[in-house]
Parts: sequence; structure tokens; C-alpha cells
Amino acid sequence: MKEIVVISGKGGTGKTSITASFALLGEKNVIVADCDVDAADMHLLLQPDWHFSEEFFSGVAAEIDQGKCIKCGKCANVCRFHAIPVIDKKYVINNLNCEGCGYCYQICPRDAITMVEQNVGKWFVSNIKTGSKMVHARLRSGADNSGKLVAKVKNEARKIAEKNGVGWILVDGSPGIGCPVVSSLSGADLVVLVTEPSVSGLHDLERVYELTKKFHLPSGCIINKADINPEVVGKIKTFLQKENITHLADLPYDETFTKAMTFGKTIIESGESEIKNTLQQIWKKINNLLTDEREKS
Amino acid sequence: MKIAIASGKGGTGKTTLSTNLAHFLATSERVVLADLDVEEPNSGLFIRGELQLREDKFKQIPHWLKEECSLCGNCQKVCNFHAIIKLGKQIMVFPELCHSCFACSELCPAKALPMLPQKMGELKHFILAGIDFIESKLDIGQEQAVPLIAQTWEYVDAHFGNDRIKLFDSPPGTSCPVIEATKNADLVILITEPTPFGLHDLKLAVETMRELKKNFAVVINRFGIGNDDVIDYCGQEGIEILAKLPNDRRIAELYSRGELIYPKIPAFKAELQKIADYVLRLQIRSSK
Repeated sequence: MKEIVVISGKGGTGKTSITASFALLGEKNVIVADCDVDAADMHLLLQPDWHFSEEFFSGVAAEIDQGKCIKCGKCANVCRFHAIPVIDKKYVINNLNCEGCGYCYQICPRDAITMVEQNVGKWFVSNIKTGSKMVHARLRSGADNSGKLVAKVKNEARKIAEKNGVGWILVDGSPGIGCPVVSSLSGADLVVLVTEPSVSGLHDLERVYELTKKFHLPSGCIINKADINPEVVGKIKTFLQKENITHLADLPYDETFTKAMTFGKTIIESGESEIKNTLQQIWKKINNLLTDEREKS
Repeated sequence: MKIAIASGKGGTGKTTLSTNLAHFLATSERVVLADLDVEEPNSGLFIRGELQLREDKFKQIPHWLKEECSLCGNCQKVCNFHAIIKLGKQIMVFPELCHSCFACSELCPAKALPMLPQKMGELKHFILAGIDFIESKLDIGQEQAVPLIAQTWEYVDAHFGNDRIKLFDSPPGTSCPVIEATKNADLVILITEPTPFGLHDLKLAVETMRELKKNFAVVINRFGIGNDDVIDYCGQEGIEILAKLPNDRRIAELYSRGELIYPKIPAFKAELQKIADYVLRLQIRSSK
């Protein structure tokens, strides 16, 4: 079983549309894990049946029992997160600010504070139109612990892949370089970077690759919307060469992606096209990259 | 007047709107633009100015004093983030997991865990005609954006008064970094695309803003692609659409080179004017 993680640093480079296309090409031999848990969109293209769902609990937040509180204010004093304001002469918890550190709970002389486990979202296992399965999630808006939910989604995808003898896990990561991205990368076998030739695309690619390097993973890169700016494409290619990242392919700036999306479809299902051919070639290259890795190890 | 520019989905045009709006408003107003997308800050690629100040930003991390430590293990017990563990006769600290709550340090009976600053990123302050531009960047490997976003807000609050229009270019998503970036804003502008992805993530962002009880409005970018579902949704929900920025390949090309859009694309400028007018009306009302 091998795990491919698709990330981009910058948002809106076409990561999800491209990942969904690979899911179609990989058919039953690919389990999809949508790890962009705070703006998950993959389900809009893969038509999941929401077969199984479970609440996800992670982290804690403080609660004050007003009956026991003697209003000594020690809790508010030690809280570094401004999470215990005084409202109507009562010490109350501001849930949005509470980090769940439990310092207040430790220091309360009357045991008036309890730490309560938080429901931060839901995760799902679905049958999808490729004939395979997908694991996805929905982080509650404003919730913390997205990294933990990402880890959960990945673990469940691994279990399903193992149980069904499926060869590949395809992970759609989130933008940025923070905890959900770190969590998507852990345990991966190959990273696919999707970028665009803009000053931002290049800048974000360089940063996310700095992070990727720490995981010592083989990497490939797709330059999407490549005809927008040939000069930056040149710079990206120089960067890829320098860092020994496989240049998988260039894709054109093409609104066909958006049109297909409007009908809940990937570009693979939208008739024969140049882009479809290119995506098929990329998918083959990715397979080869991983086979090479297997031989090396 | 504090305006956060946010979106559920990434890549919908937060930076394009923030930087163009900042320049556009700066012809008549004094503007502050802060880039709070500290994981991947991009505004600085479009705003060039004279560097006024550069400072390292720190978070506080416990530092183990072996000589003082009685190895009681209390620190490990009180840490909810597994950021400090006792391993045999060693205390190990994992800075990337630490939330700087101070519990282990202040509750240590031997005073063996003083909190010391550790660099997490840097803040830069640039000045150009009419604009103060603040950019914060998280060091690679640092997983928590929230403390740096909070310190950037503090910097802006400490340095600029209410006479300024302050724009905050926020990170994408709906989780903790977005909350930190938008929670003190007077207005949040949600920018989206008229596509199924755009609509889906807009709904999440709207849900988040309603939970935060924020005043918010929508700007549609790349108007002309996709379908009318975003417009219908905003209509049903009574959400104001401030402007519809056109879909135009030339905009993507200008953006790719790090150039401003409105000086070259009149249709973009006309829509930007609507947003600026809205902001200026609010500014007048709030200063009364």
C-alpha cells in the first residue's frame, strides 16, 4: 500500500480537481482521503453516498460550575488566552478563545472547573462513483485540532485500504504549511505539488517544499495554468531541477475544469481532450515513480 | 475601521482584493494593510515599499533546568498537549506542540521550567505612499499560526488609530487561524467564486461568521464562469453582494506577474469602486 499526498501551499491552484481526476483514473485501486478538512470539496466531484458517519471528539475546553465558584479570579489571572472574562459579575469561559490547556482547572481552589471533551467535527466513509471508497470529514466551523482530524481521516483510509487490499491511498491536503499539512504528510510515500506560474504560486511552492523536505519524500510537481506566465514557468522549472523534484507535466489555463465542476464531474468524464491525455500520462508517471521507489528500497 | 478579507476556499482572490483595494483607497485615505496569511503571505509580492522595521516574533516555551528539577513529573501531568514528557531522568520539551499556557512552568514546585522566548516568525513593516503594510511570516516547521496572527493584530492596534482604514488579508479555511484573523474585525468581506467549490466553501465561511456574530458581505470574483448558484444563495440568505469582479484571463496574467489589476482593467476598477464606496460609507458612519 502506497500513499500519495497532493498539496500546493497556495490555495486555488487546482489541487482538488486534479486529485479527483486521479481518483477516476485509479478506479478501484485507489482509496481517496480528503484531508482538506476545513474546506473539503472533493465530495462535490466524487458523489459520495455518505454511507457511514461518526462524530469526532478531540481536545477539551473548560467549563465553570457557577454553584461552586467563589469568584476568587485565579483562573482568569493565569489564563494566557483571555478566555475567562467577567460577565454580569460571573467568571465565564469564552469558548472561542479557550485553548483547552487546563491551567484554570489545575489552579481552581474549589474544583469548580471541569475540562470537557469537544466535538470538533464528523468523519465519513462513502462509496464513490469510481467503485471505490472515500474517507472525508467536516471540521466544525471555528474548531481547533484540524491536524488530529486529518490524522483520523488518513488512518481510516489506511485501514480500509489494508482490509480490501487496495494499492493506493490518494490524499488531498490543505493549503498552507501549518498543522493540517504536517499531519497530511506524515506517513506518505510520495508528494505531488500542484502549483501555478504566478509570483504567489512560486513563493508558496518554495515554502511548502521547505516543509516537505523535512519528511525526505520523493516529490513530483504539476504546473497548472502554465500558459499564463512562461517566465515564471521557467523559474519554477529551475527550482524543480535544483531540488531534484520530478516535473510531471504542464497543464494549460483552461476553463473546462470549471465547466466540468459545475456538473459535478472531473475532466476525465468530460469527453476526450488534450488535458485528459496529459492527466493520464501524469498518473502513469506517478505510478512509475512509486515503483522506482519500491525497487530502491 | 477594521476590515478582514477572508474566504473558505483558497485561491479565490483574497490577496488580489486586499492589495488592489489598499492601493485604490490610499488615493484618498490613510490605509493599513496587514497580511495575516502567515503560513503563505503573498500581499508583499504586490505591495512594495520602504522597509521601516523588521522584528522577530517569539512564543514562550518552557526551558528545563536539570539542576533544579526534582523529577516529580508534575509538568507532564498538567500539560494537555503532550508537549512535555518525563523520560527516565530527563524532561523533554516539544516546542511545536506547546501552546505557551505557562501551566507546567508556573506549577513546577522546583521552579525548574522557566519560560523562554523561541522564535516562531518575523514581522515586517513597510511604508509607501498612503499605505502602511505589515507582513508576518511564520518560520517553516512552526505548526501554529494563531500566536503570530494574534501578535500581528496587537502590532496594528498599538501603532494605528481609528482614523485609519485597516485591511487584514486573512488565511483560507474556517478553523482556528481564520477565527483569530477575523474575530476583532468590524466587517468581514468574504470573497468567493461562482462555482460549486466556491459556493460550498462560502456556506462554511458564512456559518463561521454567523457563529462569530460578525458583520459580513460577499464579493464574487471571476464572475462569468460557473453558474448563478452563489448569487441565488446570497439572495435567499439576505447576504449583500458588494461587487462582481470580472473573469478575465488578463487579470490572471497581471496577477501572475505581481502587478495591480485596476490600473489596467477598467471593468475591474468599476467593481472595485463599489467596494471602496461601501467601505468609505462605513468609515464615515463609524467615525461619527
